[in-house]
Amino acid sequence: MAEAATILLDVQHLTMRFGGLVAIDDVSFQAEPGQITAIIGPNGAGKTTIFNCLTGFYAPTVGRLALNHPRRGQFLLERMEGYQIAQKAGVARTFQNIRLFPRMTVLENLVIAQHNKLMRASGWTVAGLLGLKRYKDAERQAAEQAKYWLDQTNLTDRADWEAGNLPYGAQRRLEIARAMCTDPVMLCLDEPAAGLNPRESNELNRLLRFIRDEHDAGVLLIEHDMSVVMEISDHIVVLDYGKKISDGNPEYVRNDKNVIKAYLGEEEDDDLPEEVKQDLEKKGLA
Amino acid sequence: MQNTFEYFLDQLINGVTLGSIYGLIAIGYTLVYGIIGMINFAHGEIFMIGAFVSIITFLTLGIMGITWVPLALVIVLVMSMAVTSVYGWTLERVAYRPLRGSPRLAALITAIGMSIFLQNYVQLLQGARTKPIQPVITGGMELMSSKMPDGGTYVVSLSYLQAIILILTIVLMTVFTIIITRTPLGRAQRACEQDRKMAALLGVNVDRTISLTFVMGAALASVAGTIFLIRYGVIDFFVGFLVGVKAFTAAVLGGIGSLPGAMLGGLLIGIIEAFWSGYFTVEYKDVAAFGILVLVLIFRPTGLLGKPDIEKV
Repeated sequence: MAEAATILLDVQHLTMRFGGLVAIDDVSFQAEPGQITAIIGPNGAGKTTIFNCLTGFYAPTVGRLALNHPRRGQFLLERMEGYQIAQKAGVARTFQNIRLFPRMTVLENLVIAQHNKLMRASGWTVAGLLGLKRYKDAERQAAEQAKYWLDQTNLTDRADWEAGNLPYGAQRRLEIARAMCTDPVMLCLDEPAAGLNPRESNELNRLLRFIRDEHDAGVLLIEHDMSVVMEISDHIVVLDYGKKISDGNPEYVRNDKNVIKAYLGEEEDDDLPEEVKQDLEKKGLA
Repeated sequence: MQNTFEYFLDQLINGVTLGSIYGLIAIGYTLVYGIIGMINFAHGEIFMIGAFVSIITFLTLGIMGITWVPLALVIVLVMSMAVTSVYGWTLERVAYRPLRGSPRLAALITAIGMSIFLQNYVQLLQGARTKPIQPVITGGMELMSSKMPDGGTYVVSLSYLQAIILILTIVLMTVFTIIITRTPLGRAQRACEQDRKMAALLGVNVDRTISLTFVMGAALASVAGTIFLIRYGVIDFFVGFLVGVKAFTAAVLGGIGSLPGAMLGGLLIGIIEAFWSGYFTVEYKDVAAFGILVLVLIFRPTGLLGKPDIEKV
């Protein structure tokens, strides 16, 4: 078990089938705490499906998803219900298409993420109704944590806005702040840089590094923007058509033949018919 | 008609007390609609069960010799809320939760089915005859009196019963508003209302939140049942139907999904009914209430306080 302590997430032989379609085919990888692990791959490679399996949206057809919480021990995510994955195992996620609570204020969005702590402190609402001190303290703590993340995401001056009225980039940051308010050990981000301009994208990189370095959370990142991926990832997993085709540090992945093939197509022209090749040679084109 | 103002005041008091009953029930409709987007048509029956639990408790207390009214009333309210909450919880657990995620029509049909089931269940257990109860709270206070032209006096009075109804309603509505706006439970309910899956991903136990919503709605409806019983003195297994439909109307009038809307809608329907019966004819009071509903919906389809769903493109 000595090894397990240094692995945050251990995905083994994950397979997800929808009827005849194999969305993920026997994928295994590991993510370490305090590292940014990126999952990349062309459209339809199964990246978001992996997230959906991790966060309880789908029950995997085959596979084991073990999460080692540094304080609470090991959880098998494939056997847990959605809300328990967030509550007990400490996995938080954001979505490709933003899913804030648009008609709640920015601050409330962050406080709801601390629901379980508050629910306990409010003695299942009774103490909360009576305004007991214990509950008030918990409420204040929650507001402080929310404020901390507002500061980190530059949203402090908009704390009272309705979340739905925020500009797009701010909504993305708020979604990350909200995920962090659940005190996660693993943060799953689904294309956080989508739709951001270069300045916002840089700000996001800074935020993700901050989360990794200061909060010791493992970050699992799906991203299409290669400048983001190559710059901040410690470890990259590449998928194509539901299969893992490469796994390593950015330098390794960048030069991996399989990856180049998946993204850019074949380099060699092996599959040209023999006659065509001869013809090309004759004309001096190949 | 002389003494116009006094008569008006009388009708207003009647309307507000009647509206309290509708408002308390309407909150249950609106909370449930808000959180799972379905109309719980069995909610009127939950109200009826609340009334039946109340009458059983009253009579039992009478047999036991506890006749001091304040104590009896508190015991009846607590019993009725407790037992009816269990019914509300069970209803959700047995009939609605298995259908979560199925088409809305399935849930709607189930709700109507549960409504009929609960009516027949009470009819079998309690019989089809109306159950009377003696007036529990009598007396009142004089608000104002004036001389009538023919020499008599016209007295506007607030009966103790009406006063208790008003106080009870105000207290309950305040408590529930605080729960919804200030406590973690209410916050979770509002979050589930907007995005149930996302709420679950933040660690909110969605199933439990929905169960508690049904419990809250049932508790309020049971208080309405108790009030109905001591105000009108007779109940039968069918009282839940019309009152339930009126309360549903109140919720729609105020803007379904909106808590203050339900209270406002309840009051309005009550007042409209009282005034219509007071100034025109009692027979057509339901027509008046529903007619106003139609008018409001033509000009404000989302109800008086409902927020229109603006889709951002």
